Order: sequence, then C-alpha cells, then structure tokens
Amino acid sequence: MKRLLVAAAVLAVLAGISLLIGASHVSWAALFSPGPDDRALQVLVISRVPRLFAIMLAGTSLGVAGLLMQMIARNRFVEPTTAGTAESASLGLLAATLLAPGLPVLGKMLVATLFALAGTAMFLLVLRRIPMRSALIVPVVGLILGGIIDSATTFFAYRFDLLQSVNAWTTGDFSTVLRGRYELLWVTLGLTCGAYAAADRFTVAGMGETFTTNLGLNYPRIVALGLVIVSLVTAMIVVTVGMIPFLGLIVPNLVTRVLGDNARRSIPWVAVSGAGFVLLCDIVGRVVRHPYEIPGGTIAGVIGSVLFLYLLLRRDARVG
Amino acid sequence: MSGSAALARPERTLLVLGGVAMACAALFMLIDAGGQWDFVLPFRARKLATAVLVGYSIAVSTVLFQTVTGNRVLTPAIMGYDYLYVLIQTCMVFLLGSTTVAGLDPRFLFGVEVILMVAFSALLNGWLFGLARGSVHLLLLVGVILGVLFRSLSSFLQRVIEPNEFFFLQDRFFASFNDPEHELLLLSGALTLGATVLGFRLLRACDVLVLGREVAINLGVDHAKTVAWVLALVSVLVSVSTALVGPVTFLGLLVANLAYAVTRTYRHVLVLPAAALIAAIALVAGQLVLERVFGLDTNPRVIIEFLGGLVFLAMLMRKATR
Repeated sequence: MKRLLVAAAVLAVLAGISLLIGASHVSWAALFSPGPDDRALQVLVISRVPRLFAIMLAGTSLGVAGLLMQMIARNRFVEPTTAGTAESASLGLLAATLLAPGLPVLGKMLVATLFALAGTAMFLLVLRRIPMRSALIVPVVGLILGGIIDSATTFFAYRFDLLQSVNAWTTGDFSTVLRGRYELLWVTLGLTCGAYAAADRFTVAGMGETFTTNLGLNYPRIVALGLVIVSLVTAMIVVTVGMIPFLGLIVPNLVTRVLGDNARRSIPWVAVSGAGFVLLCDIVGRVVRHPYEIPGGTIAGVIGSVLFLYLLLRRDARVG
Repeated sequence: MSGSAALARPERTLLVLGGVAMACAALFMLIDAGGQWDFVLPFRARKLATAVLVGYSIAVSTVLFQTVTGNRVLTPAIMGYDYLYVLIQTCMVFLLGSTTVAGLDPRFLFGVEVILMVAFSALLNGWLFGLARGSVHLLLLVGVILGVLFRSLSSFLQRVIEPNEFFFLQDRFFASFNDPEHELLLLSGALTLGATVLGFRLLRACDVLVLGREVAINLGVDHAKTVAWVLALVSVLVSVSTALVGPVTFLGLLVANLAYAVTRTYRHVLVLPAAALIAAIALVAGQLVLERVFGLDTNPRVIIEFLGGLVFLAMLMRKATR
C-alpha cells in the first residue's frame, strides 16, 4: 500500500509536468495571479486538464483490459492490438460512419464495441483450432488476424476517402482532446472499477475452465463479462483518442512479474503504471519537437515494441 | 506420368504458367487502349515492368529465404525486412536532411541504401538465428514485432523531420503500382539482373540446403558461406521490391507455397521461375480485374494482403510451422 502511494505521487508529479508544457506558455505564477484575460487558466481548463484526464483514463483502462485478456486467453502476450480487438473496433467505426453517418458518437461507439466483441470472439475460436498451442503462436495469430481485418478497413476507407479518419483511430493522439470531446472516457473508469470488483473471479478464470467450474463458478459468464469490458474499453478509446499499441501487454506483464497473478493485487498497480506509461509517452511526444507534437501513440509504438522484444528475448519467456 | 518424348511435370507446369503470364501481359497492354497507342503503350509498359519486377523479386527472395531457414511459413516480409528498408530510407533523410536527399543522385542513394540493408540484415540474421535456434514460433513473433518497431521508428522519425510535411513525406516513401519513377525502374531492373546472375552459382547448393543444415554440411556444402550469400541476395531483392511499391507482406508467402504445390520439386531451377511467374500473374491479373471488371482504382495490394493473411492462418492451423 505504501509503495502504491509512492507510485501515485510520482504519477502526480508527471501530471504536473504535463499541465505545464505545450505550445502555449503556462506557468504556475500566471495561474495564481490571474491577469486581465485569464488566458493561462483558460488554456488549462479547456485543453490541458481534459488532456491529462484523457491520458490517465486511457492508460488505466487499457492496462487493465490487457490484464483481463491475458487471464481469459491464458496467455501472456494477448492484448487489444494482438487479438484483433482494436482493428475490429476500427472496422466497426468505419461501418457506422459509412452506413449511418447521422449516428451520434455513443451509437458509433456501440457499433464499434459489437465489432470488437465479434473480432475478439473470432480470435478465441481460431485459437481453439490451432494445434499444439505454443504460447508464442497466439500473438502471431492475433496480429495476423488484426492485419486481415485492417486490410478490409483500408480497402473501404480508401474507396470512400476516409483514410485520414482511420489513421486517427489507429494512432493514439491526445493533442486534439478538448473539453467536451473526451467525456466518454469517464465510462472506462467505471468499467475499470467493475473489473476490480470482479478481480477474484478473473484470477480464478485464469486457472482454467475445469478449475473454475470445480469452485462452483460460471466460467462462460466470467469470460463473457471480461470480453464485454475489454471490447467497451477498446471501442471507447478508438473513438475518442485512438489506439495505443502494446500498452495492455507491457504494463500487466511487468507488474505480474513482480506481484504474481492475483488480479486483486495487480489491478491497482496496472492502473497506475498504465496511466504513467501513456503520460510519459505523451510528454516525450510534446517535448521532442517543441512546439510541434508527435502523437503519444507513435512514441508508445516505439517504446512498446522495444519492451515487447525485451520480454520475448528474456530467458524465461520461453515457458508459459 | 510422362512419356519419354513428353516433358516432365514441372517443366510442363512452367510452360503453362509462362503462357498464362504472356496472355495476361498482352491483355494488360492492349485492352481498351482507345487508339492512343503512342501514349498508352509506354505508360502501360512501365506499369507492367514494375509488376513483373516486383513479382520476381518478392517471389525469388521468399523462396530463397524459406530454403535457408528451412521453413515454409517464414518470409522476409513477415520477418520485418520491408520495414527495415523503409526505416533505412527514413534514417537517410533524417541524417542528411530532405533537401540534400532530393539533390543527390538517386542511383547513389539507392546503392547506399541497399548496402546498408545487406549489412543490417546480416547482423539481424546472425543474432536472430543464433538466438532462436529451434524455436520457429519465437522467430516468427520476434520478426513480426521487429517489423512493428521499424514501422513505428520510421513514422516517428518522419514526424521529427518535418511535422508539417509528414503526410507528403509518407506518400513519397511509398511509390505505388501506378507511378514508378523511370530512373528507379531501370536501376531496379539492373540490380535484379545482377542478383540473378550471381544467384545462378548458388542454385545447386540451395537444392542441397533444403535437406537441412547437418545433411548439407555432410554433403560438402559450405553452409555458413552459402547462407550468408543467399541472405545478401534476399536483402537486395527486398530492397528492390520495397523501393518500387512499398511493403507487401503476404504476396511472397502465397506465391512461394503455390509454386511448391504446382511444381512438386525441390529443384530451385524450376521452383524459382514458377514462383516468379505466379507472382507476375497475380499482380498483373489482379490489376486487370480490379481496373477493368470492378472499375476500382485500388492497387491489388490490399486484396493480396487479405487473401495472404487467410492463407497464413490456415497454414498455422495445419501445423505447417513444425
């Protein structure tokens, strides 16, 4: 608990830094002695604070979503971008945009969620058909499945001139977050809390179907609940800020290496670390080419794939 | 199966494939030309040459790579080679500045890129094959993730170079099937020809490599040296195809496995041309069907990726990765 508080304090420091950097100059001094036009305060309230919230919410919920997926698939290398979930959500969003242009954001998000559910379920079905399930083949299958879905999305997006929008959904970018454009993400906080409430069930489900049934729990129902949470979270993030690759894989893996597989213990840590990871990526993206910005999702792609390779090439990655 | 006068099966298959490829090429050149011969013919000839060159280099590099790795699921594209080329190109622009690069002789630039590519892939292979000996799944996954890493690094560097021109740059990095530069086309043709001439010496050794490393060494093949040579050629061919049309992930996997299926032989003298012909047919016919039948202006890449991905999954399901 004490350590978790320290981690939260580090996160708060990062958050403070995040509020102060950007193209428009804002300093603490300017905030506490408001000038005639209150410009600093306005920048803070309309742009910086919403951005910070969006980053924290996305990082937290994606990390926890990855953890749930790893327990459901019983594989350490599964997360929304290595199981076709994110790509399916993009396809759903494209379908909603093309077929029902008048749909409000909430409706689009629900369509994307349904697609994400279908895509993830398909991935789990394909996994059952694959012989001698080596742990390493699972993410390969997921990535290829995602690639197939992605090529369908690209095909239609190219036809209807929507490639730019698709790019925005697939690259996490927090620079466009403003007050009134990200509030949907608060729902992910509720979902994360829901996952925490049901943490023990997911821990048990991670032990396998037989074990779960023996303890008198309804295994299919737990899996379904997990998939719904994961799909909703993914769809919301794709709709509002765009996908952040590998976060759901890196963060839970590093946390469970230290803490073990008890979800009740690891979820708070995954939440804090996930938020910290995205925050760090976003800050780096804002500082490297000041005053221009590089999307946090691009930075996360570089850092995430390096860490993924590190996890793979460590000796003990070969088992389990 | 075959009479004494008739050709053996693989040779017959090659003849048929050659005929089909010729027919596709003729159709592609002549259909709906509308009498504007002096404009249409050179324009289409360039497109056709691009398709044939790309098909050839992807097919040959994939078959050779699979021979060396002893596995029919791994391909250079799946192992991240294409994106490595894109990354090298991006780094050149990053280090030299886009204005310098635009002013340099494209032949010189392309040459440097190919040399770097060969060096890098040699390093990559030495490290990877040593590390993942015996675990094809690990190799596959590491390759796929390396591809993702190269791609993310490229897009990161592209944004650092010129945040405002990012999308313009991205377009410039990926020539399309419809718009090959004349210079680049000639250069690619020359390089491919050179690689082919060099490769002829290796064909027999490659036939032996199919039997596996230990057997090949027992039969007197200098394994390490041959593999190094073959991989260098693979790097050159990948550079050619990526420079012309950008990364194409699954075409190689498709055509290589189709070629094994229709020729049913281990002899590279027969498998390589078959794979190259199938690739050329797929690209040219694909473009024809898309343009003339469906009236789409998409290049066939997306369709190929879609089908290739499905085939790849099917292969994984059929335990082909053993």
